[in-house]
Amino acid sequence: MPSEQPPPVGSAPSPSRLSPRPARVDPYLERYATRARGMVASEIRALFAVAARPEVVSLAGGMPYIPALPLDAVGEMAAQLVADRGAVALQYGSGQGDPGLREGICDVMALEGIRAHPDEIVVTVGSQQALDLLTRIFVDPGDVVLAEGPSYVGALGTFASYEASVVHVPMDDQGLIPAALAETISRLAAGGRRPKFLYTCPSFHNPAGVTLGRPRRAAVLDLCQRAGLPVVEDNPYGLLGFGGEPERALRADDPDGVIYLGTFSKTIAPGLRVGWALAPPGVRDKLVLAAESAVLCHSSLAQLMVREYLASQPWREQVKVFRELYRERRDAMLDALAASMPEGCRWTTPGGGFYVWLGLPAGVDAKAMLPRAIAGRVAYVPGTGFYAGGQGGDHLRLSYCFPEPSRIREGVRRLADVIAAEVDLRSTFGPSRYRPTLTVPPSSPVSSITYPTSSTSPISVTSSITSHTSLSSPTTSTSQEAAGPAGLVDPAGGVQNLPDAAAADPVP
Amino acid sequence: MSDLGHVLVLAGGLSAERAVSLRSGDRIRDALCDAGVEAVIADADAALIPAITADPPAAVFPAIHGACGEDGSIREVLALLDVPYVGSTASASRSAYDKPTAKAVLGAAGVCTPASVTLPRETFHDLGAGAVLERVVARLGLPLFIKPARGGSALGATRVLTEAELPNAMMGCFGYGDTALVEQYVSGTEVAVSVLDLGDGPQALPAVEIQPVGGGSYDYAARYTAGQTEFYTPARLPADVAAQVAGVAVTAHRVLGLRDLSRTDLIVSGDDVFFLEVNVAPGMTETSTLPMALAAAGLDLGVTCRELLLRAVARAGLPWR
Repeated sequence: MPSEQPPPVGSAPSPSRLSPRPARVDPYLERYATRARGMVASEIRALFAVAARPEVVSLAGGMPYIPALPLDAVGEMAAQLVADRGAVALQYGSGQGDPGLREGICDVMALEGIRAHPDEIVVTVGSQQALDLLTRIFVDPGDVVLAEGPSYVGALGTFASYEASVVHVPMDDQGLIPAALAETISRLAAGGRRPKFLYTCPSFHNPAGVTLGRPRRAAVLDLCQRAGLPVVEDNPYGLLGFGGEPERALRADDPDGVIYLGTFSKTIAPGLRVGWALAPPGVRDKLVLAAESAVLCHSSLAQLMVREYLASQPWREQVKVFRELYRERRDAMLDALAASMPEGCRWTTPGGGFYVWLGLPAGVDAKAMLPRAIAGRVAYVPGTGFYAGGQGGDHLRLSYCFPEPSRIREGVRRLADVIAAEVDLRSTFGPSRYRPTLTVPPSSPVSSITYPTSSTSPISVTSSITSHTSLSSPTTSTSQEAAGPAGLVDPAGGVQNLPDAAAADPVP
Repeated sequence: MSDLGHVLVLAGGLSAERAVSLRSGDRIRDALCDAGVEAVIADADAALIPAITADPPAAVFPAIHGACGEDGSIREVLALLDVPYVGSTASASRSAYDKPTAKAVLGAAGVCTPASVTLPRETFHDLGAGAVLERVVARLGLPLFIKPARGGSALGATRVLTEAELPNAMMGCFGYGDTALVEQYVSGTEVAVSVLDLGDGPQALPAVEIQPVGGGSYDYAARYTAGQTEFYTPARLPADVAAQVAGVAVTAHRVLGLRDLSRTDLIVSGDDVFFLEVNVAPGMTETSTLPMALAAAGLDLGVTCRELLLRAVARAGLPWR
């Protein structure tokens, strides 16, 4: 212990030097827009700061595995580009994007059955900016946007920033449920509300990992055509299927009713920030004006790099390399899940893309469990981030795209231990004496809404109980009911604001 | 540049307070650079010991919050490496970081602290949560304040108004640690009093009064979102109460054997001052109270940190380091 003599108690400096005025630290506080109110520090964000450390196996962010790119060749290509065309590559460009790149984009989309003209395309800063611009030109505060439940967190964040009201439409293992979509449209119409558009990620969905079945694609398009509802098709993973040919895009079958969003973030590299929107002429014109207003023009260097990459590099072969790599990692994750997940867990089997959607044992809350997971050196994204209204706590998203298979297996093993400990904790504080209020009780409408015309099961199709047996009906077993639409359906079927998504953590 | 030589600011770590620590570390580093000190940030990872061994710094300023940073472990390692460091010794840090221990020490010194019980997770598992919580409520009443016995930044901390809220609060608490401190909730004015020792013995800096906007709790968002909390420096306290809170903070610093700097969190309820906890690696972010107290006292953050580093260097070699 220090040997100093005790100082006089209350030896503070003279108050005369001190200011009695309160400090709120941020001098701009009174000037922020109302929509900035939700932008506050969050514990989840703090935990993700730890997840970025190498000691933690992060199954959270959907980062493409860039080391698989031929980086030397890309580097040489970039150097040559600047040497040969630097005066153009480092100059301002047009708001619509480089014409040569737009021709290349048409070739890429042709793989999904889309026939498009370069003039219909607007290049954007990733497809995220396309989504932002679309929302800007379509949505006034309070307007309704339909989105799958769950939906991509970045889309929900964009909708929140424009103060849209999101209504989730449930999915199952075949993607968006057409009957539920029809019911939602009708219900909103009965209330005098007309959604501005349907936002959907039909192939290898983020976060659910499922793909809209072919019969359903036609049904969804038909419903939207009849309702006069534009479809925004977000398709970042369409070329990353593990089966045969790519799924035919919705846009391929409805050029007037579908606005298509694409990106090179997954097939080349996200650091380039090059995406695009393919839209009917009227929408395209407004997108160009909105893009010019937002960024004046996009990076000419990045656009020309992508254009050159498409022209000079074996990009189709590279996509196959990515597909094979991600398939191997998907398999590693599915095998590890089957080997180690405790009873009550169930998960999707993605046919492509980056993600597995994991349902938790009854009563376990993914958000509340996250600090324990981080302490156990594994990270995931709680399901609540993928809903506008705070649902989804009974699910979490796992990504397998970045970690090596051995790391995936280790991460899943750690996660299994964390879930098992969480189950034990929940049983300790279970409902026999004290009823938890964080989780959705079984009697909630969340789990009681069913759509009898759906021919397939809700989204959780694989379970540690059923050993990878697809569940055939939402009501065939108690465990199925627990795994049912909870977390996939907007419980009130109502219009939701976006408190969670407004401060969404930056996970791709 | 000063004649101090190069110093390390330790920031990061693997606790849930990593993000806060990185912000604290950045601010200390910048302030030191402004004060003419060559300072770099280092994380507490596998690269740390080789880096220190290869190029020993003149001294280290630990700014890692939470486990590793405040539980004494990183300071034990620095002592093993014979590197001077700012702040409390490992053993004193351990006592301070464990809230029940600190409360017991302060209680023995005659300082008020909210009545509490400390219970590990296993107790609830083995004896039954319902029965245990029933006794807790019978003994302490409601409302209660639940928090991890070891931790900071209000992570895992919840005010409980009704018995029905207890299970979730307990589970939230156990997300950040295996032992819970269940305290009687004391309503009143929340103040933070930093203590600084620049060679003349521990001195209390002006108390900072903490008032979350809208009357909410001083939770993680309120702590680290600029504008979510109003801070009054000095706290709007009568002179005798201001002297009392300063005295409690200095007492905490002394009886726990702390060194250089600390921050004590208190509640002023009527005429009573309640000790809540003490921090050996106080936050140094833009919304942290120690830098506010320094500024109110007319002290420059960088100059103060440089003085503390010089003190650490000067005492190097003392047997109690």
